[in-house]
Amino acid sequence: MSNLDLLIQAPVLSLQLLIDGILVGAVFALAAYGMALVWGVMNVINIAQGEFVMLGGYVALFVVQAGYHPALGVPAAAAVMFAVGWGLYRVVIYRVVDKDLFISLLATFGLSILLQQFANQVFGADVQTVDSGLGTRFLFGGMVTVAEIKLVAFAAAFLLGGCLVAFLRRSRLGQAIRATAQNARAARILGIDTDRVYAATFALNAAICGAAGALVIMTWIVHPYLGLVYTVRSFMIVVVAGLGNLAAVIVAALGLGAAENFAGFLLGAEYQAAFVFSLLVVILVFRNRRLGRQRKYLK
Amino acid sequence: MSPLARRLAPLLAIGAVALVAPMLLPAFKTQLSFLWIMVCFALTWDIIGGQMGYNSFGNVLFLGVGMYLCAVVQRDAELGYFPGLFVGMALGAILAVAVAAVLGSGILGLRGHYFAIGTLGLGIAAGEIASGWDYIGAGSGLVTPQYPGDVDTRKMLFYYSSFALAAATFLTLRHIYGGRFGLAINAIRDDEDKAEAMGLRTTRYKTMAWCVSAVFLGVAGGIVGNMIGFIDPRDVAFAGPTFGVWMVLMAILGGRGTLWGPVVGAVVFHVTQELFWTYLLGWQRVALGLLIVVVVLFFPLGILGWLRERRPELFGHRVDEADGGARP
Repeated sequence: MSNLDLLIQAPVLSLQLLIDGILVGAVFALAAYGMALVWGVMNVINIAQGEFVMLGGYVALFVVQAGYHPALGVPAAAAVMFAVGWGLYRVVIYRVVDKDLFISLLATFGLSILLQQFANQVFGADVQTVDSGLGTRFLFGGMVTVAEIKLVAFAAAFLLGGCLVAFLRRSRLGQAIRATAQNARAARILGIDTDRVYAATFALNAAICGAAGALVIMTWIVHPYLGLVYTVRSFMIVVVAGLGNLAAVIVAALGLGAAENFAGFLLGAEYQAAFVFSLLVVILVFRNRRLGRQRKYLK
Repeated sequence: MSPLARRLAPLLAIGAVALVAPMLLPAFKTQLSFLWIMVCFALTWDIIGGQMGYNSFGNVLFLGVGMYLCAVVQRDAELGYFPGLFVGMALGAILAVAVAAVLGSGILGLRGHYFAIGTLGLGIAAGEIASGWDYIGAGSGLVTPQYPGDVDTRKMLFYYSSFALAAATFLTLRHIYGGRFGLAINAIRDDEDKAEAMGLRTTRYKTMAWCVSAVFLGVAGGIVGNMIGFIDPRDVAFAGPTFGVWMVLMAILGGRGTLWGPVVGAVVFHVTQELFWTYLLGWQRVALGLLIVVVVLFFPLGILGWLRERRPELFGHRVDEADGGARP
């Protein structure tokens, strides 16, 4: 715990960790909001969520390798992943929407392995990143450094989230999605093509994750085995925040980002992933215990 | 034939074939050993996944715990090879049960998909912790001690240990599924709230079922670790993407919630894997993902479940011919 002493002696380091954590948290919030959308509308928990993030990162990588500006990677990733999401819905997901939850969980788990190993075979197992060409800002007389790309990613994540919320509130399709989430049967009776709504929801989720992945590869790194940890983060955030509560999702995501950064610093970077997965187990058990006092359980 | 003999005959036949198999196919001893390990994996997963309805993605945790403890005992206790191996396996099984009992009260309170994802996190967290912990070799893994004889007797030893383990697992499960315990965990699968209301101590049964699963996986960990000879935290011990997923897939492929289903599923899966996997040139794991999706979507009942629907008379279900068309 020598790092703890370091934190106490140099409080400005905590500020650094906090800022980095909050900036990374915005990207978690995007993936988590997508998961909550699919969960709430289709009653499917998408384990392949993190793989969409990973694939979005690779799309951005190819856009940059083809010689275009990195900023173009975000819309390109969103567009490609929208198509991938739509395709996956038409081939696999539509068969599991009304089935037992375990079937959908296992089917998306299989998809997650499929996409992950596909990426490993086709793109190689190397760690990839994209240089955004932006500089670094120094605050507090050089004690705290903030890479500008992280600020840009933070702002872009909020912009994307804002667009999504506006789309769900205002557009006709957004209204149909919300109606289906409330009561799919009633929506069908009122003439909404729920199958199309589901396809759009799943594709929209993939697009959000793809955009998040493009931000991830510019800010941090992407490799084929990255997916599961993003899935687990999204799931954790949704479990803490609840379905359909956007403010809580943002707070939980930023908090998770900060907590993860502190844990990575205190325990050592090799335990950061262990921290995320252990935290998932602890949060689930803790929430369930609290509900257990009222003879309820997580549903 | 008396009913007892008829029931025991297939078991005896399989046992006899298993005992002579390594002599008949001397080149495939390692593959055959893994066949029995796979049978054990599928059976232990099915205790809670099939019979109790708690779909765990993290049973590989117990495998890794048993594997690491066995290797650490062999490394540090200085008992000589054979005592070290067997003491290590026994202690590994005990630690796995202890882990299951301690975690069980919290984790088994979760239901449905929360349990599935919670156990998924558990298995991966264990692998991540193991790969950061220097005492057990961290990311560079542990090497199990050299076997003090020639290669062939080593293979025979591990073949017969894995066969003995699979047989012990099968017979134990056959015994407990036939009794009160089997009925209790089936009741939990069908409706946990009602089972509890009927006075069943559900948490106790659930934890016991998980412990039964853990004890065999703990022993299997010791065997697998020594058979492979090198313990990597993420790829061998807590191997979620291989062993962890295979367990689930084999049980579903054979038919969840049946005694013979996991055995059939394990044999079918392992044989297909050994026959075809090498021709896929690195695309095996892609094929694995595809196989999961296909089995889950088109074949969720598994081989035995499908047979039971088609030929119920084979399973002792009487079909009334008078209203034969009414069956759903």
